[in-house]
Amino acid sequence: MKTLLISGGTVVDATGERIADVLIEGPTIGAVGLDLGTGRPPDETLDATGCIVAPGFVDLHTHLREPGNEDAETIETGSRAAALGGYTAVLAMPNTDPAADDRAVVDFVRRQGAHAGLCDVHPAGCITIGRRGETLAPYGELTAAGVTVFTDDGFGVQDPLLMRRAMEYATGFDMVLAQHCEVASLTRDAVMHEGHCCSALGVPGWPSVAEELMVHRDIELARITGARLHILHASTARSVDLVRRAKADGLPVTAEVTPHHLTLTDEALRGYDPLYKVNPPLRTKADIEALVAGLVDGTIDAVATDHAPHAAEQKERPLDEAPPGMLGLETALGVCLPVLTAAGMAVADVLAALSWKPAAIAGLERHGRPVTPGEPANLAVFDPTAEWQVVPAQLASRSRNTPYVGHALRGRVRHTVLDGVPAVIAGVATK
Amino acid sequence: MKHLRSIAEIGPEAVHRLLDLTDHMVEVNRRPNPKVPALRGRTVCNLFFEDSTRTRLSFETAARRLSADVMTFTVASSSVNKGESLRDTVETVAAMGVDAFVIRHRASGVPWQVSRWTTASVVNGGDGWHAHPTQALLDAYTVRRALGRSGGLDGLRVAIVGDIRHSRVARSNVEVFGALGADVTVVAPATLLPPAPLAIGVTVTDDLDAAIEEADVLYLLRMQRERISDAVIPSLREYSARFALTPERAMRLGKHALVLHPGPMNRGVEIQVDPAELPGAMITQQVTNGVAVRMAVLFDLLAAPGATIGEAA
Repeated sequence: MKTLLISGGTVVDATGERIADVLIEGPTIGAVGLDLGTGRPPDETLDATGCIVAPGFVDLHTHLREPGNEDAETIETGSRAAALGGYTAVLAMPNTDPAADDRAVVDFVRRQGAHAGLCDVHPAGCITIGRRGETLAPYGELTAAGVTVFTDDGFGVQDPLLMRRAMEYATGFDMVLAQHCEVASLTRDAVMHEGHCCSALGVPGWPSVAEELMVHRDIELARITGARLHILHASTARSVDLVRRAKADGLPVTAEVTPHHLTLTDEALRGYDPLYKVNPPLRTKADIEALVAGLVDGTIDAVATDHAPHAAEQKERPLDEAPPGMLGLETALGVCLPVLTAAGMAVADVLAALSWKPAAIAGLERHGRPVTPGEPANLAVFDPTAEWQVVPAQLASRSRNTPYVGHALRGRVRHTVLDGVPAVIAGVATK
Repeated sequence: MKHLRSIAEIGPEAVHRLLDLTDHMVEVNRRPNPKVPALRGRTVCNLFFEDSTRTRLSFETAARRLSADVMTFTVASSSVNKGESLRDTVETVAAMGVDAFVIRHRASGVPWQVSRWTTASVVNGGDGWHAHPTQALLDAYTVRRALGRSGGLDGLRVAIVGDIRHSRVARSNVEVFGALGADVTVVAPATLLPPAPLAIGVTVTDDLDAAIEEADVLYLLRMQRERISDAVIPSLREYSARFALTPERAMRLGKHALVLHPGPMNRGVEIQVDPAELPGAMITQQVTNGVAVRMAVLFDLLAAPGATIGEAA
C-alpha cells in the first residue's frame, strides 16, 4: 500500500483546528498528528508549510459540458480545473446534450470522470425529461444509478403542479430537488438585473421578484410535501430572507451562493461586456451584503461555483445573444476567502461552506469528512495568505470566461489529494 | 473626441462644440457646391446591421460632403447571413483601412463591443434601446436654431412623449437636453418607462394634457404597433387617446411651442394632425439639420488637428 505524508500544515475540519501532519495509507487516512515517524519513510511527501490541510472542496454546481458542448469544456478538463481549485468532488449539472434524464447519460458522465481520475464526478439528474418541465424524469432509475441531486438547472420548473408532483414522488427516494428559481415569463429576453444600470444601458432586466416568487412557491410546496429542497445560486436579499424563515420553520430547505454573487454587481456590465452576463444576474451591493450575511449566519449553506464555461466567440456576441455564465472552479477559494473572512467568518466556517456542508447536501459520504484516521483521504491543501492573479491563458479549463482578471485573489491551492492519490502537486495537475 | 457613442460619454462641452460646428456645416450645405475637402482621403464605413435607409443616407451624404470615401455594409446583403460573427465582420472591414465606423445594431452596447476590435473611431448610429446620439444632437440643434438661441437652453421646458422604455432616441434626448440645461419631462404610462429613472431631475408624468400646456418643445416618439403584444399597452386606440397629439391637444399647445418627431411617423397613432398644419412642427428641419450635424461629428472625429472646414472641394 502506497503511503503519502502531508507535512508541516495546519489541519482544519469540522472537529476543529490543529497543527498536524497527515499520513495517508492507500485511499485512507492512516494517522494525524506530529512526529508520525513510523520507521518506514512515506513513499511520497507533500510539503504543507504555511498551509491549511482541509477536507477537499465539494462543488454542488458545475457545468462540465460533456456530452454535447465539448468545445467549451470536457469532463477531463473540467475535472482538472476542479482539482486545481481544491475540489475533490463536483456535481455535474445535467443540462448536457443529451440531458442527464436517463441512466445512459448518467453512467457515461460518471465513467468519463473516473477515467479522467482528477476529481470525483458525481452526475446530477434532471427533474423533468429533457428539462422541458412537462413530465417527470425517472427518479427510481436515476437514484439506482447513484444520483442524489436533481435539477433542471438553466430553467426552473414553471408549472406548480408538476413541481408538487416532483416533490411528492421524490419523498420515496434519498434525493434532493435543486431548483433554478426563475419565473420565465418575467425574465423574457432579460440580459441583466432589472434596476438602475439596465435602465441606463437600455436592455431588458431580470427582476429579483422572478427569483423570489419561485423560492417562495417551492418553500411552500416543500412545506406540504416534506420533500428536501435546495435553492441553487441564490442571488437576492429577499431570497435569503425567505430561506431564513423556512429554516426557522424547520423545513428541509438548503441554499447555495456563487462566488461571483458575493463579489460583483450589475455595474460590471456598464461596458456591455458579455463576460459579466450570468443567470441569475449580478445584482446590487445590498444583495451582496445580504448574501454574505446569509453565509455568515448559516442561512446559506454552501458556496457553489456554477462553473459555466463558454467558448470565446460565444462571449463576443452582442450582449443579448451571448450565453450567460462564468468560470468558477479555479478561482473560488481565492475569491471567497478574502470576502468572507473580511465579513467576520472564521476560516473553518468558510471551509464548511466549501466542503462538508455541500457534501452533506449531496449525500457524498467520502467527501467533507473529518481529517481523522479511517476517513477517506480526499483533501485540499492551500495557502490562505497567498496573493495571486488569474492568468486566463494558464487556466486548465478549456474556456477563458473568468470575470476575475485583474482582481486580487487571496488563498491558493497547493496540493489536492483524491482517494489518497495526489491530483495536484505544487499547483500543477498530476495528469 | 475619439468616439461618439453616447451623449453621456462625450459630455456637455463636446455637445456645445458639435452644435457650434454644425452652424458652419449648415452654411456649407447652403452653397451651390455643398462640398469641402476637409476629410479627403479618410474612409468612413457604415455598418448597418439594422434597416435604416434614412439614417444611412444622412450619414453617407454627410461623409461625401466632406469628401470622405464611403463604404456601406447593410445586413440584408452581407456575410452576417452566412454566419460570420460580429467581430470577424468588423476586423475584416477594418483591415481594408477604415478611419471611422458608423454602426447601427438592434442590440444595445454593440458600439462599445466593436471598439474593442478596432482602432477606428466609432459613431453610434443607434444601438438597441440605448442611444442615438446624432439624433439627439440634430434635435437639440433644431430647437436651438429655431429659437434663435446659442449656447445652453436653460429654462427651456421639453416634454418627451411615448415609449421611453424602448427608445434610444428618448434616452439620448434626455441626455442632450439635460446637458444643455433644459427642464425635461417624460410623458408615458408606467409600462413604457424604464424600471428606474433615467436621470436625476427629470420629471415623470402620464398626464399629457397637463404637460402640453407647459411645454416649449413637444417631442413625439414613435409608438410601435408590435408593442401591443407585450401587454405594455392595451391597444393603440387607448394609447392614442391618452398620448397622441390630437387636434384638440394641438390647439392647446403654446403659440411658440415646437413639435419634433424622429421619424418615421405613425400617422394616426402618436400624431393625429398633419404636421404641415402645425406652425411649430420642425420635422423637415430635423432631417435637413441631420446632415449638417453628422458632418460636424465626422469632422470633429476625423479632421486633422487644426484643420479648417475649407473652401469648396
